Amino acid sequence: MARARAVETLERRAGAGRAGRGSVTRRAFLVASAAAGGGLLIDFSVPVFAATARGAHRRYTLNAYIQIDPDDTVTIMSKCPEIGQGIKTSLPMVIAEELDADWGKVVAEQAPLDGRAYGAQFAGGSFSTPMNYEPLRRVGASARAMLVAAAAQAWGIGPEHCDTQIPGYVRHTGTGRKLSYGALSARASRMKPPDMRMVKVKDPKDFRIIGKPLSGVDNPLIVTGQPLFGIDMSLPGMKYAVFEKCPVFGGRPVSANLEEIKALPGVRDAFLVPGARPTGLPDGMAITLQDGVAIIGDSWWAANAALDKLIVEWDEGPVASQSTESFDRMATALSSGLPGKILRRDGNVDQALASAAKVIEGEYAYPLVAHTPLEPMNATARYADGAVEVWAPTQNPAAGQGAIAKLLGLAPSNVTVHMLRAGGGFGRRLGTEYMVEAAVLSKMTGVPIKVLRNRKQDIQHEFYRPAGYHYFKAGLDGSGTLTAFRDHFVTFTSDGEKYSNSADMAPDEFPARFVPNLEYGVSMMLLGVPTGPMRAPQSNALGYAFQSFLDEVALAAGKDPIQFRIDLLRTAHLVPNPPPFGGRGPRRGGFMMMPEFDPKRGVGVLELVREKSGWGRRTLPPRTGMGAAFYYSHLGYIAEVMQVTVAPEGTVKVDKVWIAADVGRQIVNPSGALNQLQGGALDGISQALGQAITIDRGRVVKTNFDDYTLLRMNQAPPVEVYFNITDNMVTGLGEPAVPPAPPALCNAIAAATGKRVRRLPIDPATLVAT
Amino acid sequence: MSYTLNVNGKAQTVDVDGSTPLLWVLRDVLDLKGSKFGCGMGLCGACTVHLNGMPTRSCITPISLVGAAAVTTIEGVGASPVGEKVRAAWVELDVPQCGYCQAGQIMAATALLTANPRPTDGDIDDAMSGNLCRCYTYTRIRAAIKQAAGLPTADTREA
Repeated sequence: MARARAVETLERRAGAGRAGRGSVTRRAFLVASAAAGGGLLIDFSVPVFAATARGAHRRYTLNAYIQIDPDDTVTIMSKCPEIGQGIKTSLPMVIAEELDADWGKVVAEQAPLDGRAYGAQFAGGSFSTPMNYEPLRRVGASARAMLVAAAAQAWGIGPEHCDTQIPGYVRHTGTGRKLSYGALSARASRMKPPDMRMVKVKDPKDFRIIGKPLSGVDNPLIVTGQPLFGIDMSLPGMKYAVFEKCPVFGGRPVSANLEEIKALPGVRDAFLVPGARPTGLPDGMAITLQDGVAIIGDSWWAANAALDKLIVEWDEGPVASQSTESFDRMATALSSGLPGKILRRDGNVDQALASAAKVIEGEYAYPLVAHTPLEPMNATARYADGAVEVWAPTQNPAAGQGAIAKLLGLAPSNVTVHMLRAGGGFGRRLGTEYMVEAAVLSKMTGVPIKVLRNRKQDIQHEFYRPAGYHYFKAGLDGSGTLTAFRDHFVTFTSDGEKYSNSADMAPDEFPARFVPNLEYGVSMMLLGVPTGPMRAPQSNALGYAFQSFLDEVALAAGKDPIQFRIDLLRTAHLVPNPPPFGGRGPRRGGFMMMPEFDPKRGVGVLELVREKSGWGRRTLPPRTGMGAAFYYSHLGYIAEVMQVTVAPEGTVKVDKVWIAADVGRQIVNPSGALNQLQGGALDGISQALGQAITIDRGRVVKTNFDDYTLLRMNQAPPVEVYFNITDNMVTGLGEPAVPPAPPALCNAIAAATGKRVRRLPIDPATLVAT
Repeated sequence: MSYTLNVNGKAQTVDVDGSTPLLWVLRDVLDLKGSKFGCGMGLCGACTVHLNGMPTRSCITPISLVGAAAVTTIEGVGASPVGEKVRAAWVELDVPQCGYCQAGQIMAATALLTANPRPTDGDIDDAMSGNLCRCYTYTRIRAAIKQAAGLPTADTREA
């Protein structure tokens, strides 16, 4: 088990190469706009689009992912949307590695949405790396074989006499004679592609690109302010739309002062839009078009400014009776009764608690949380002649395509969705309603439309990370071993039957299977507020509740909190996972094998973070403390330690964070990986310190970043990251660093002050020195 | 109404309502898309530009108040040696995740280093805390500012 410290220093790359690749992408972007204005449906297929973008050069296609120019430029398609997780850099790295390409000559491009060519294309669940790592190695290796075959043919020798030791060249091993990939591109494109299953991939010890910290491929465009993001899209003749919805979820407009609005300067039109929910799925993620009022303007500013004058009579509907306060009261009431249903029952918890040497009880609550990517929801659409084209920052392009096709009664082939770089996703852009709005409004107005939310609309009409309440009880025997564990989870339902989206809990939520007597029960409250997945869904909330309570239990047992967790993980599968409960055992999740949870990997990261953080070896001043948490989610094993100082008036300052991560045998791009882990831990801290969406009479109370506060530079601690490299499948890092962060922080606060954080976000008033 | 602006050293005449914020003139009239819309209330800093070198939230700056001030945007910040160094440090240290806030971060950092070539961690906190990064790349933003300043990039705020 080798342990590698993350490398902070990046390999410096030639500035000229960077500028070159940047300008190519820039041209491609502009061409898309211009061609659309000329009435052409944009076709990203080769070589029409490529020829336009590259002028005289022709790209030769080796497969759906790889095109090579005679000038040696290698274009590699990145199949999944880029939302800040770094996939547009890391997936092309995987292909380039096996292709033996010269990375300095690689241009990464966003692939078109084409399920037949690329399979599943989405950004979610930290799946992009585990789903694509091995297949894309073969994509690169296959194209390499075609280049070798082309050279061998040109030289009249067998391919076994050729190698690709020099990146970007096929060499005749015997003579050293070589041909560049560009020189071979035309011939290679005519070679029969080998069977992907049969091609040989490299021994990882020979990797030259994978495992190197590389700077993101779009960075040169970002730092020079080039148009790149969804919001930057522009079409000739385009008008701007704001779309105002009822402040109460599910409400609809009855009437509005539309004539007055239409008379305002810069406003072209204003009208009511009837909503629809054609997918028939429950709650937040499935909303395709809500009822609302559209204002169309010559500029977005004019359309948005008109909102100040807009007067709407709303039919608020039934959700207007719902408030955070009433949910809090209802949850307390439900907690004193029996759960509505039992999710899991092992052994006999009542008996075990009755005979326990010590019983610990703990309540934990967490709020609704908004995703708030910094780029507000937006999309640009052009409807013409029974077809629609949409440009959007999206995590879920195929779902958007499907929703638009269904709502507008079009064949999916007549709905083209272009994935543009997203200014953050965090799960929010798995929803597709803003894409639908743009398409519908373009059809209704007959002109290209860009719809863009203002920040208040963006915060108040999200789908949210669901709130939840946990009522725990645990029993310890005389030696401090955990013998009984109970959770009564009070959560939400959208229809009285099913959980609200992402408001569920898996029956094997840790410590299930590691405690002989365990019961998880669930009660549900009817919620009309849309909910859905947020970065590390379920886990981002459950991590706080379970890892906080386990900390209490550890201290009650008189044990060191890290050692207690290690001991628990070493309680080798006391309870097998019975079939009716499913769980995270080996299974085919539609597209990949899900490996079994491996407690040894949990122990590994806990031991590593204990060593690196100086846990138990530091002398700390008063009201300073260290806390730890471990969580397994999205195939990643992450342990975090935090040190915090709590001021006498209760203000929390995070002094430092240490992270140990195990995501398998290979870190594809250590630079991106480090960024994800650091950002993920800070995301969890930000949520715990300042983020809560409160509901009052069916409305979201928060409006902008003054009352919905995100972590700022002066609050961000240093974050040290360590990887535990283990011989396991290569998995993703977008999500798993988030769940352990809130509990590590709250456990550190408990160590510093003796006070448990029972409710998020952290209220400094509860931490005042007495 | 007609306004003549000095944007990145070039005179630009635009015909817009005087209440229109500079951000929307830059983005939608002059087609300079680098400055970003995040909050519309000067709370997030994604729209930061320089007016006569001073970092300014363009989303709450009406065009009627800009006058003859030199407007520098992310597209033009590389014209100054400090701006060029900051840009280079951002690429070398691979600062961005989604990248949406980074134009504003670079503008704020360039203004900081122009006024204060050797900032302390406290100076960085003071100058940068008005710029939100939802991906929380603050660790790298701090390091990149130090790198652009020629300072050691290690975080000296050790616990």
